[in-house]
Amino acid sequence: MKNIIEIENLHFSYPAEEDTEPAEVLKGIDLSIGEGELVAILGHNGSGKSTLAKHINAILLPTEGKVTVNGIDTADEEKLFELRQCAGMVFQNPDNQIVSSIVEEDVAFALENLGVPYEEMRRRVDDALKAVGMYEYRLHSPAQLSGGQKQRIAIAGIIAMQPKCIILDEPTAMLDPQGRREVLATVQRMNREQGVTIVLITHYMDEAAQCGRVVVIDKGSLAMDGTPREVFSQVERIKALGLDVPQAAELAYELRKAGCDIPEGILTEEECAEALLALINN
Amino acid sequence: MLRDITIGQYFPGESIIHRLDPRFKIVITLIYIVMLFTGSTPLCLCIGALYTFIAIALSRVPLKLFWKSVRPLLPFLVITAVINILIVRSGDVIWSWKFLKITEDGVNISAYMIVRISLLVMGTSILTYTTSPVTLTDAIERLLSPLKKLHFPVHELAMMMTIALRFIPTLIEETDKIISAQKARGAEIDTGSFIARAKSLISVLVPLFVSAFRRADELATAMECRCYHGGAGRTRLRQMKSAPRDYIALLITAGFLAAVIYLK
Repeated sequence: MKNIIEIENLHFSYPAEEDTEPAEVLKGIDLSIGEGELVAILGHNGSGKSTLAKHINAILLPTEGKVTVNGIDTADEEKLFELRQCAGMVFQNPDNQIVSSIVEEDVAFALENLGVPYEEMRRRVDDALKAVGMYEYRLHSPAQLSGGQKQRIAIAGIIAMQPKCIILDEPTAMLDPQGRREVLATVQRMNREQGVTIVLITHYMDEAAQCGRVVVIDKGSLAMDGTPREVFSQVERIKALGLDVPQAAELAYELRKAGCDIPEGILTEEECAEALLALINN
Repeated sequence: MLRDITIGQYFPGESIIHRLDPRFKIVITLIYIVMLFTGSTPLCLCIGALYTFIAIALSRVPLKLFWKSVRPLLPFLVITAVINILIVRSGDVIWSWKFLKITEDGVNISAYMIVRISLLVMGTSILTYTTSPVTLTDAIERLLSPLKKLHFPVHELAMMMTIALRFIPTLIEETDKIISAQKARGAEIDTGSFIARAKSLISVLVPLFVSAFRRADELATAMECRCYHGGAGRTRLRQMKSAPRDYIALLITAGFLAAVIYLK
């Protein structure tokens, strides 16, 4: 598998302000993400996970080290638009990333900026809206939509660029459970059907559990990296980093600690239910 | 309560006036204004009124909406009319009392002014009732695009308008939330003297501004992520194509203007 994102020894400090020392947020991160992966990045507040994300499409540039995306060095200013087209970014608050008062025009915004000709733009906008299931709303005003719908519009605006990789910075943090499900399902479908690499920054453990790989960042360094099963089976380690494990994994862990005969590596509610059923039947 | 504010007065519809090219609508409105202010005989004003009412009928926008747009102007119109009547001293005297004198000219000028301003407001309302603010902004950008050669920031202005329109509902909602939050903390926002109320508004405006700046910052980053780099080399999703009906509407309006100039 080819790597699409290569991060080598990434250091980043915010410049010193009056009477403060420069704050080093990222302290030497090495991370490679392969094409078509669905990666969750976890970490508690202030761990540097958002800062890391902003390096992938050159909103921030490394103080030291190097980030390459699809072979493009993020520090290469000449290829900035090519890079941002290749790695799109979705932010936390959908209200603050929608530009136009008409849904389809907002989705077209990036394409208008890139100078895509009309016919192609029309097709790509319609495709993007269909991909997120918002085609019927194309002439609505974003103000009439729910949070989850707005976030899907923001995702459509990125998909229209046909990026190889989408970085989502806590896209569900401001949404209700219904909106979270919609957005997560959209992201997973993009990954599965179109092979788009997804980097999902989140603090919801159940979302991370549904990804193919989980990376945990702590105090600006890489703390854990593996499949959800590998990462979430180390319950004590996760708790020491100030994070939680998915509820089902936590329940299994507590029961095992109390002496019940429950297998390791339980992640989903179904697995947990089965294990409990087996336990009761015995 | 704030939710009821409608920005722009767009009245969605499918009438022929709605479907006219917005660029032509703006130009036609300008010709219309010239027409109203060129003619100074009753006949000319009648032609102007005829044109206005035909356009209103074609737009299928309810007449009472036009009344709504004229009504707030009435006190202003009455005051100016009274001043005009009292100040103009030429022409035959109709009535006088001590130093006050009302002349025929004064009455005529006041009457013309009332009719003209009312027609002006109604006519320009047709434009805003039948064109959404976003389309209007877009049309203005296209009409002004020749000014780009003179380094006039046409695209930037249009972008600012677009973003302002987009954020009005968001900020209204936010204002509502802040007011509720401050009330929950015991702020008395709609009671007390005028000065007390003005002072209590500060507790609403400060958080609103802080939040608006934060939003602006995030929006700028999001726009950069979508490769925004100003107006150069942009293409547009919204196409504006002129149809024969646009030229016909323009010709008819020009015909009315010619008639007014001829009858002046």
